[in-house]
Amino acid sequence: MDWSKIIWAVLLGAMILFLWPRAKHMLKNSPKAEQGDWQAVLLPIAFVVGFVILLIMMV
Amino acid sequence: MNRIDITATRSSESVLSTNKLIKNTYILLSMTLLFSAVTATASVLLAVPGWTYMASLIGAMVLIWFVLPRTANSSAGLGVIFGITGLMGFGLGPILNHYLSMANGSQIVGTAMAGTGIIFLGLSGYALTSKRDFNFMGGFLMAGLLVVFIAILAGLFIDLPALHLAISAVVIMLMSGFILYDTSRMVHGGETNYIMATIGLYLNIYNLFVHLLALLGALSGDD
Repeated sequence: MDWSKIIWAVLLGAMILFLWPRAKHMLKNSPKAEQGDWQAVLLPIAFVVGFVILLIMMV
Repeated sequence: MNRIDITATRSSESVLSTNKLIKNTYILLSMTLLFSAVTATASVLLAVPGWTYMASLIGAMVLIWFVLPRTANSSAGLGVIFGITGLMGFGLGPILNHYLSMANGSQIVGTAMAGTGIIFLGLSGYALTSKRDFNFMGGFLMAGLLVVFIAILAGLFIDLPALHLAISAVVIMLMSGFILYDTSRMVHGGETNYIMATIGLYLNIYNLFVHLLALLGALSGDD
């Protein structure tokens, strides 16, 4: 097996372990979305998706 | 009357400190991105080997996890953030050389750079001008990030090109969400340290660029 894959795996494992408690805390304590909040996120994200498709067509 | 005066003074102080935070963050972000570009150019010209990317990321992660949180409130934090961004820029050398060796490589790299800039400015500008609080996305984004890490881990051992493309597409959307979230945190007082705000936005831009490059490289006509 490629040694670099093992190092990457260890690195990713460390990142997951490091982020796990933070993610759990944020999932529990993040404020709840109000009406229209997700709409305000999905609109710009949809623009990003469209823009990336445009970039792919350009290259 | 006095109470109104005090409220108005506090409110204007809060607005001033938020504006100062935003200004300092964007100035530092510009400087770190410029420094990253310099170190990336150096590593491209030096044609550094592939393992440099991994070594640079390990060094940067150690600094981000263990050194930056202890120095972010002092002037030493500035040196640390330039160390992190310089290392991460230097690590880009092998990736950039890989894409630049392709027939339309310079077009792919240029498009990824311009695309990243436009996406960042658009989203950050949207979060700043709309004044919306995107704090509610925190848990969702962190959970998404963990899922992506697990998928990347699986991708190391499963040779499936479609999985790599899917990961890049998801990371681009996730980083877009993080740009909204991090910018909004500055505006709404969730982040008050400009060094920590800068590193958050820098990592969003870095990941956005790397995965946009991967997507454009894989889906370009000449690949």
